[in-house]
Amino acid sequence: MSVDPSRDYPLAEKHPDWVRAPSGLSFQEITLEKVLAGEVGVDDLRITAETLRRQADIAEASGYAALAANLRRAAELTTVPNERLLAVYNALRPHRATRQEVDTLCDELETLYGACETVAFIRTAIPVYEAKGLFRRK
Amino acid sequence: MPQRSKRFAILSERDVNRDSYIQEWPDAGLIMMHSPHDPTPSLRVEGDEIVELDGRTKDEFDMIDRFIAAYSIDRRVAFRAMGMDSLDLARMMVDIRVSRQDLVALFCGVTPAKLVDIVSHLNVVEMMMAVQKLRVRKTTANQAHVTNRKEHPALLAADAAEAALRGFAEEETTVAVARSAPFNSLAILVGSQTGRGGVLTQCSIEEAINLQLAMKGLTSYAETLSVYGTDSTFIDGDDTPWSKSLLAAAYAARGVKTRFTSGTGSEALMGHSEGKSMLYLEARCLMLVRGAGSQGVQNGSISCIALPESLPGGVKGVLAENLMATMLGLEVASGNDAMASHSDIRKTAKLMLQFLPGTDFITSGYSSMPKEDNLFGGGDFDAEDLDDWNVVQRDMQVDGGITPVTEAEVIRVRDRAARAIQVVYAGLDFPPITDAEVAAATYGHASEDMPDRDKVADLAAAEAFLHGPETVVNVIKVLAQSGFTDVAERVLDMQKQRIAGDYLQPSAILTDAFHALSGINDPNDYAGPGTGYRVVGARWEQLKNIPQAKPPDEVVRPSAAAQRPWTFRAKGPASVGTDPREVVIAVGPAFGTTITETLSGIPHETILRELMAGVEEEGLIPRVVKVFQTSDCGFIGHHGAQVSGSGIAVGMQSKGTILITRNDLAPLNNLELFSMSPNLTAESYRTIGRNAARYAKHKPVVPVPSIIDNMARLKYIVKTTLMHRKETECVRSDAPAREMDVEFGGR
Repeated sequence: MSVDPSRDYPLAEKHPDWVRAPSGLSFQEITLEKVLAGEVGVDDLRITAETLRRQADIAEASGYAALAANLRRAAELTTVPNERLLAVYNALRPHRATRQEVDTLCDELETLYGACETVAFIRTAIPVYEAKGLFRRK
Repeated sequence: MPQRSKRFAILSERDVNRDSYIQEWPDAGLIMMHSPHDPTPSLRVEGDEIVELDGRTKDEFDMIDRFIAAYSIDRRVAFRAMGMDSLDLARMMVDIRVSRQDLVALFCGVTPAKLVDIVSHLNVVEMMMAVQKLRVRKTTANQAHVTNRKEHPALLAADAAEAALRGFAEEETTVAVARSAPFNSLAILVGSQTGRGGVLTQCSIEEAINLQLAMKGLTSYAETLSVYGTDSTFIDGDDTPWSKSLLAAAYAARGVKTRFTSGTGSEALMGHSEGKSMLYLEARCLMLVRGAGSQGVQNGSISCIALPESLPGGVKGVLAENLMATMLGLEVASGNDAMASHSDIRKTAKLMLQFLPGTDFITSGYSSMPKEDNLFGGGDFDAEDLDDWNVVQRDMQVDGGITPVTEAEVIRVRDRAARAIQVVYAGLDFPPITDAEVAAATYGHASEDMPDRDKVADLAAAEAFLHGPETVVNVIKVLAQSGFTDVAERVLDMQKQRIAGDYLQPSAILTDAFHALSGINDPNDYAGPGTGYRVVGARWEQLKNIPQAKPPDEVVRPSAAAQRPWTFRAKGPASVGTDPREVVIAVGPAFGTTITETLSGIPHETILRELMAGVEEEGLIPRVVKVFQTSDCGFIGHHGAQVSGSGIAVGMQSKGTILITRNDLAPLNNLELFSMSPNLTAESYRTIGRNAARYAKHKPVVPVPSIIDNMARLKYIVKTTLMHRKETECVRSDAPAREMDVEFGGR
């Protein structure tokens, strides 16, 4: 999919048809009436991986490459539960996890959620953590 | 102890001398720029790998170097950018023919030391020019803090609504007790959307709770991601560049806008500056922030601001921080939040460096309530400074991100916001908010105006809410079912914005119509005079029409006392008097008719009564004449003196300016002149009458003592101008002076 920031942004106005809730509900279908009727729940009010990738493309096309990379990592994390996300975050804090624990988390992110870019990013930390003694020693 | 100079003793008591100042100490990192331990810029790339960065080879890289080498330097432009002379690059920043876009692309290839080297060539005005050109978003904005010591939900909602009405684009709350986070977030969400749609909100709180709040739909941005410029400080802060980056992705995955936090002074304060200058360490932070993929940063020293302020060039250096962020294409919320000085003069002078060029957010937390209620310890500018801020915007035709509002509008939105949170609490079975609390929040100013709540019950309910099934969806339902459909719609629209993710783009804010404005669709296109963001049209109308500005005719509308009936009628033309006992009181053309009181509000009737009584006390006869040919005080007196039997006259303008003169003096000469009428009382006018009579009798006269009030001109110049204009409109150059018939009304 190719985007033209000047034509397609903001998505909410220019391309609501591209924006969907995780349940598949379209942007225009999310209305107060549907909320009151119980047809829209909090799980519908979340951003999807697809939308994040679209925003990443917009950022990239506008010269914000690093932001785009972050939004692509975010896209991979949309389906990771909070508790697992926090586990990964905590493992990356200084002296929290062993190298092996970080490896295991990377495997989990990769196999369960297909979070390849996130894992590639985390793996660049491993030699640094080794060199600087930032892994927990057992 | 040698004798103290009184002047120095007074100076030592001034607010500015309550601030701390120290000399530079590079080894402790107490130096703004150019520490002898700062590296010189260098970069060496082999293949695709950076093998040397700012004087360190690959094997010497610390953790931050390794992150920057991996993520923060664009290899495609690095060779070109690093090969350019820093002075040339500095000049390009203030050259209107070089575009922002080209510069930001080029700065993707520089190292931290190069970044510092470039900005070190600019003086403070050039830095402001560069910020004006390089900031991400064209339209400026501002962020508010909304907290209170009691964590009172009705007051939070009311303050959030007022801040939204005043135009803040983002609102940030925090907690006194961590468990309050869900309730405080809820209060400012509901409150802000009551004030106006589209305000982004956040709660500064520990990351796990923050993510939960976002998942419940209670917040839309986060700026708790602090980074530091040395490894030791970073690790003391319990993070690494990788952990912070992961967190940034986690927030984005929840549709939350994030902004990192950095700022000079933190490394020195935490004892790990490694002898580097504050600005060099900040350059490392900023490069790391961009490499991590954050769209922006809040910097400008933030909570450490008093440290750079203690050093030479500290305030300039803080602007340099903001500037470096813009060079890297980062949104910048430019500090001005924590207390920077005891001195209002010094605080305001510092503010101008961000306020005048404009930044994405002029402050990273304007205290929308009194500073005593600011749980961030901020409040450099607070609720009591709002009118000062508005007036300075109007003075300079600058948009500092705050919109002037009326008291009536504010009361209306505060009441409605407090009622909205009241129905939400009732609907979700939280501890009730009473009508008395709503009223206190509507009309109050601070926590002390609020009734105490049952804190234990509130905290228990907040905790249950955080862990329970209720979310923003329940809040929206309750609002819609309780007569707050408009607020419900806006809270839902905020959720829809989260789904669309438009505000994840650089420097995004939402207008009250939920239209995203960001570096994508509102990029700063400043290219010299006539370009970029201009305060014109509807926005200028908003900013210039502060409620204090009165219609000019209202300024000169007479008071009730001056409308009392008395007789002051023109008879025939004034003849030349022959009685040497006569003193003429000559008044201006508007006196007692078009204008009926002086500048300071003394009715003309009173003035004349006192002047005439003064003349009579000396046994002489007052004769009142009205001059039509001039509105000038000297000439009014001069005309009067020409028809005075004694040759002495008092000449007076309607605004009360008065003199005593004699028929042989030049029109602009006089015996006594009282040019500052607001300094005159009714008693002074009686003395003037007496003195005039004594001149007529050739008796010695003690001039009426004049009071010096330096503020009189400042206070009255507008009214003076308008009254004098009114009097001048009554001038008839062909009409002779008239004899006046005076009869005073009863008291």
